[in-house]
Formats: sequence, structure tokens, C-alpha cells
Amino acid sequence: MSHTAEHQEHAGGGTKEIIRITVILTVLTIVELIIGFWMIDIPLSSVGLRLALKGTIVILMMAKAFYIVAYFMHLKHEMKNLIMTIVVPLALFIWFIIAFLYDGNSFKNLRNTYDPYFKEQSTIKVEKKAHGAAEKHDNSKEAKKASH
Amino acid sequence: MATTATAPTTKSWGGGKSPFNVEYGKVMMWYFLMSDAFTFGAFLISYGTIRFSTNGWPDPNEVFKSFPFAPEGMNAPLVFVSIMTFILIISSVTMVLAVQAGHNMDKKGVVKNLIWTIIGGIAFLSCQAWEWNHLHHEGAWWGSNPFLNHDGTASSTNFTNYFFTITGFHGFHVFSGVIINVIMLIMAMTNKFEERGHYLMIEKAGLYWHFVDLVWVFVFTCFYLI
Repeated sequence: MSHTAEHQEHAGGGTKEIIRITVILTVLTIVELIIGFWMIDIPLSSVGLRLALKGTIVILMMAKAFYIVAYFMHLKHEMKNLIMTIVVPLALFIWFIIAFLYDGNSFKNLRNTYDPYFKEQSTIKVEKKAHGAAEKHDNSKEAKKASH
Repeated sequence: MATTATAPTTKSWGGGKSPFNVEYGKVMMWYFLMSDAFTFGAFLISYGTIRFSTNGWPDPNEVFKSFPFAPEGMNAPLVFVSIMTFILIISSVTMVLAVQAGHNMDKKGVVKNLIWTIIGGIAFLSCQAWEWNHLHHEGAWWGSNPFLNHDGTASSTNFTNYFFTITGFHGFHVFSGVIINVIMLIMAMTNKFEERGHYLMIEKAGLYWHFVDLVWVFVFTCFYLI
């Protein structure tokens, strides 16, 4: 137990650090939301801009994750041994994400090339609240409205 | 202390001292959280894979645009979920404060901040319950998707399946976190930690609670923002 007792003494930077991290997390979230609101008005046709904004949001997300793990979960102030035993296995995610998203994208391209039905379905516009599956749910919505 | 912390890592495994310099339970909590991270990671990567393999996807601003007590058909995208996000961040902050109070053997501080954390957790769960209920009334559930793709084409049920599975799994984690925090609160109030001479258990509960917040950062981004 002597180790843990000693350990407490050098723990973190106190209340000041907590406030600093809270402010950083809040600001990052607000920036994410601003980008999110901005993206509402950007048409689907401007693919590049939408992709760039989504990439920015992902980078901000990683920054938030870093601050939570490093300071709130205190990992930054632990010994290097412990940091490595956590971070190194999680590095597998880099491979997972690239491999699986690439695979998904490749599957979409294959289907668009070789499956005319799949391709056709994704070009037919559907009227809002008028067709097929949506109709059944409209009823429940109407019922809910009526009960109000 | 400084000598053990800054000792070269090559000597850490030479015996005579703890190579990780934390107690057993904390190391095991970290390993549990790592396995949990892989579970959530698998869920989210699977969601990403399906989304990449589909031509269209519903617009989150079209789906998540309502607010409690707001008139029907009100258009307020992102507002409700940003409140949920801030609730969880603030409850994470009060949890850090509880852990810090534990370091200083400050029972009052621990109890006060744990209560705030529990309130935050319950508030988040209530928000999620409202949102699920609202979406269910709109006809969204596992296997049923009333929303159209962003480009106006018909959407598959993948969207709702993934949404309810992943936010449900996360909500269950929040629920367990609240239960754990309630147990910590009872133990703190009955002087269990005072008798032990340390509040180390609060730290482990804290790690779990921060992890729940961490997962929400990813879920929030993947479902509501992009």
C-alpha cells in the first residue's frame, strides 16, 4: 500500500487543472456544434466541403477523447509502463478502422457496379410520409397527435 | 516519491517495487475498460462499415430535431443532444472533484460531488428515455425506420438498428455507472472508506464513469454530428 499512498501525492495539478480541462472540453464541444449547425445548410452536392467538416469534427472528437483519458482518467500522470499497456493495444483500432471502412466502401462500389437493383433503389426518390413502410408509422403519429 | 516515478523503466521490472505504481484493482479496472473499449469500437466500426457500404443515409438533423414540451413539428436540430452532452461532461467534472476530495480524505466533498454525479447520470438517462420514446412514437425502432435518406431516397433499417443498439448499450453503461456511484455514495456515507483509511475505490468508480463519458464523445459524433 505504500506505493499507492506515495502515488497520491504527485497526483495531477489540482482544481486549477480540472477547471482548465473543463473549459477545453466545453470549447471543443461548442466548436463541434458550430460546425454541425453550419453543415445543416451545406447541400449534399458539395461533397468535398462536407467531408472536410466531418474530418474536422473527428479530429476535435479525438482531442476531446485525449483530454478525458489523459487528465480526467489521469493516465498522463501514471507511469510510462501503465500508459503503454493501455495505449499500445488500442493502436489496433487504427488498422481496424482503415480496413473495415475500406472494405465497406469497396462493397458499395461492387454492388453499384454489378447489382443494378441496388443501384436503381438508391436513385428513386420517395415522397415524404406517403409510401410503404412509412405509412404504418404515420398512423401511430396521428394517433399520438390526437391524444394530445 | 520522485525517485520511484522517474526511475528508468528498464529497472521497473527488476523486482522490489510495483512496475505500474498503482494498486491491483486500478490496473484491472483499466484492463476491463480496455476490453469495453474494444466492444464499443467493434460496434462503431461495424456501423461505419455498413454506412460506407450504403449509397444513402438519413440526415441526423432531420431525425433528431425535437425537444421536450416543444410544439409538434418544431425544428431544433442538435439542441437536445448538445444538452445531453453537456450534462455528461459536467457529471464527469463532478466525479473528478469527488476523486480529488477522496485524496484529501474530505468525506463531505466526496459525498457532495458524488450526489451531483448521480444527479447528472440520472438526468442523462431521463433525456435518453425521452428521446427513445419520442423516436418510437415516430415509428422508429429495431427493424423499422420511418426516415428517408438525406437525398430523399428510401432508407434501410440499418440506421435505426445501429442507433438503438449502440445508444442502448451506452445507456446501459450509464445506468450501471449510476448504480456503482450510488454504492460508492452509501459506502462513503457509512464511513467505510474512513475506516479503510483511503478512498481508492472512488478512483476506480471514477475511471468507469469517465469511460462512459468518453464513449459518449464517440457516439455523439458518429450518430448526431456526421
